[in-house]
Amino acid sequence: MIDFSILIDHFDTYLEGFKNTILASIIGLIGSFIIGVIIAVMRIAPIKPFNWIGTAYVEFIRNIPLLIIAFFFYVGLPAVGIQLNGFVAGTIALAIYTASFIAEAIRAGILSVPKGQMEAARSSGLTYLQAMKAVILPQAIKIVIPPIGNQFINLVKNSSILGIIAGLDLMYFGDIVSSHTFVTFDVYIFVGLFYLVLTIPLSYGVRYLERRLARSY
Amino acid sequence: MDFAGALSADHLKFLADGFWVTLSIAFISILLSFIIGILLGTLRYAQIPVVSRVVAIYVETIRNMPLLLIIFFTFFALPEVGIKLTVTQAAITALTVFESAMLAEIVRGGLNSIDKGQIEAARSSGLTYIQTLWHIVMPQALRRMVPPIVSQFISLLKDTSLCVIIALPEFMHNAQIIYAQNVNYIIPIFILVAFMYFIVNYALSLVARRLESRQA
Repeated sequence: MIDFSILIDHFDTYLEGFKNTILASIIGLIGSFIIGVIIAVMRIAPIKPFNWIGTAYVEFIRNIPLLIIAFFFYVGLPAVGIQLNGFVAGTIALAIYTASFIAEAIRAGILSVPKGQMEAARSSGLTYLQAMKAVILPQAIKIVIPPIGNQFINLVKNSSILGIIAGLDLMYFGDIVSSHTFVTFDVYIFVGLFYLVLTIPLSYGVRYLERRLARSY
Repeated sequence: MDFAGALSADHLKFLADGFWVTLSIAFISILLSFIIGILLGTLRYAQIPVVSRVVAIYVETIRNMPLLLIIFFTFFALPEVGIKLTVTQAAITALTVFESAMLAEIVRGGLNSIDKGQIEAARSSGLTYIQTLWHIVMPQALRRMVPPIVSQFISLLKDTSLCVIIALPEFMHNAQIIYAQNVNYIIPIFILVAFMYFIVNYALSLVARRLESRQA
């Protein structure tokens, strides 16, 4: 059976990784949300070159593996003289990768607000950006929250790639525990449980929000 | 940066071999996942007292785990309990376990999207529950499942790169071997590898979009 003394003896090590996984996920979420909003607005702004940049970003980034982006920051940038540690490189990669999905979710949300609203806001004297900020985005956000929640769950799971580039997350500290105990099976069962502690409540939360926000229409 | 050296004929051949492994592993895994996913998705949809509950717990647990952990676990931890797999077997097993949980949800979503009235109509015209599922619900649901399954295949092609941790000789792994020889190879190889993934996945995403708009 599973040896719980491993968990008890190395609880601090697990906790260190757990904290860093949460930290990378939260920083990644904030970063990807900011980039995602910018890209989404670029994609629908009435300025052609912005549309192209926005579309190129989304299509390119979401069609390549996250791992390549992470390796680019961890292995590629040092080749041109920029050193980043695993945690920083991995978190930047997470933000850039997830941003492409969040941008699409936000764009879909914005497009779901009837066009007439933008026209009304513009004709009452607001600039495009003001209308976006004061009229369109507050309505779009409701539609956008559940898909962003799902992306956050993916982000938490994807943060495990930090383990590949020495990013001090749960996967990485799992490796440390297993090299101390010479056990792999039990050690990684506990790593899995730590992930579930994060992702299962998030899944239920997203589902709850989906139902609640659906009702408000 | 040394483009000519990085992209020499030998290197391109080696990368092509890796890309072929990525494609074939992803393809085998999605096929197996589809079969298991249909089974799991239907069992969860059918609401059989204990069975559906167990399937739901399995699907939710797997879906909420990082794939990287599943790959790592399959190759490095299972031998401790006597299950020894080769790298290729471990890669296919791990990807199939993860993807079948994802596909199970797509299948369930497809089945749920079929109007309940159809089931009632089929049942009252004398078909058994199994016959109704097989002849009435499944054929319609399958058509709706195609676009999300193509999207899932794109994810899988990207996720196959995670098998670098078990040294599966796929695209990313072979790329690593090449750029490890020379610092000047790193950026050219990254550009090439990213573009290869992009071209294949972008083409697939256009197919998925096409299928989706045709159904709508």
